[in-house]
Amino acid sequence: MELTVTDLAVGRGGVPVLAGVTFVLGPGRALVLRGPNGSGKTTLLRTVAGLQLPMAGTVAGADDRIAYAAHADGLKAALTVAENLRFWASVFGQSDIAPALAAFDLEDLVDRPAGRLSAGQKRRLGLARLMVTGRDVWVLDEPTVSLDAASVALFAEAVKGHLARGGSALMATHIDLGIEAETLDVSGFRAAAAEMDAADEAFL
Amino acid sequence: MRALFFRDLALALRAGGGFGLGLAFFLIVVVLVPFSVGPQSALLTQIAPGVLWLGALLACLLSLDRLLAVDWEDGALDLLATSPLPLEGIVAVKAAAHWVTTGLPLVLAAPVLGVLLNLAPSGYGVLVLSLALGTPALSMIGAFGAALTVGIKRGGLLLSLLVLPLYVPTLIFGAEAARRAAEGLDSGTPLLLLAGITLAVLAAMPFAAGAVLRVNLR
Repeated sequence: MELTVTDLAVGRGGVPVLAGVTFVLGPGRALVLRGPNGSGKTTLLRTVAGLQLPMAGTVAGADDRIAYAAHADGLKAALTVAENLRFWASVFGQSDIAPALAAFDLEDLVDRPAGRLSAGQKRRLGLARLMVTGRDVWVLDEPTVSLDAASVALFAEAVKGHLARGGSALMATHIDLGIEAETLDVSGFRAAAAEMDAADEAFL
Repeated sequence: MRALFFRDLALALRAGGGFGLGLAFFLIVVVLVPFSVGPQSALLTQIAPGVLWLGALLACLLSLDRLLAVDWEDGALDLLATSPLPLEGIVAVKAAAHWVTTGLPLVLAAPVLGVLLNLAPSGYGVLVLSLALGTPALSMIGAFGAALTVGIKRGGLLLSLLVLPLYVPTLIFGAEAARRAAEGLDSGTPLLLLAGITLAVLAAMPFAAGAVLRVNLR
């Protein structure tokens, strides 16, 4: 099943950021969003993930299929690596966390509290969470932040494996992961400033 | 749902989880009241039910600002919102975990602390019963308040102001039931009203809190 985004307009705090975004993401495909800081990549990803409503346009084929990974990993410092992962697995109705631990080289850390991991290890745990969701569309916001080269390679392998299983990935990243992916530059979809002025007039 | 409940319990019980904060506060209030009132055991007996209820309510209030704020800060709330769990269920489960870690210890500690306030012997049973009936409503209303103020830095003050008026009916009927029992009167009516308020809150508040949370996450 495809994720189809049609003529999507998204905004942050009521201010339009992007407009007219259209793309189709099929099984086994990856789409990389590019654009300068503040260009609306995160807002677009949050809208696709269903965390905020689109200002216009539609997102089709996203219901109960999205695994979202944001800047924050949602880890609990007091729980161990295995407990964190097992929690997310059971929230998504899964039980097997071993493949995720193996894919992100976390097996030696299973009993360590997440609060005592390094930044890169936390990020790896946060990304390992994607594999225990069992969801087929990964929506990733800067997934490689604080990862070293070896961990980026692990992550790229995980994404490749996910795509090979018929999953798809939508990510905002500046690093070339060596994955065959289409690129979408969001700066071409910047919302017209005129709309902002019109919105203000109603309050003046 | 069950995983979330047990995770919240585990988080509360581990170091830094804040379990015992409400209980310690309750203890402090009840221990200090006899000192401030002075050596008048008749007066203490008279005010004991009200003081115990007020102490329990404030102790409940104390831990509310962490109810959703922690999950909001570390990003877990966004991830939970994109999970298969409905937001209404998430709020209800978190309120239940809050009650088990905060409300239930208060219920169990109340009869022990009642001794310190020279509570009349006839009041103990109804005091515990009224707290057991009333504190779930305090947790659920508190979860609604936490959902309203999630995302606001240092939202604790606003949360208290929003939640306090909603706590008043529970406090009135809870304390009234305990007072009537302590004076040897029939406490059936306030207990029934208290139970009614709690049931209504448990039935309606998760939906209100879920709706508010959905707006706040945007």
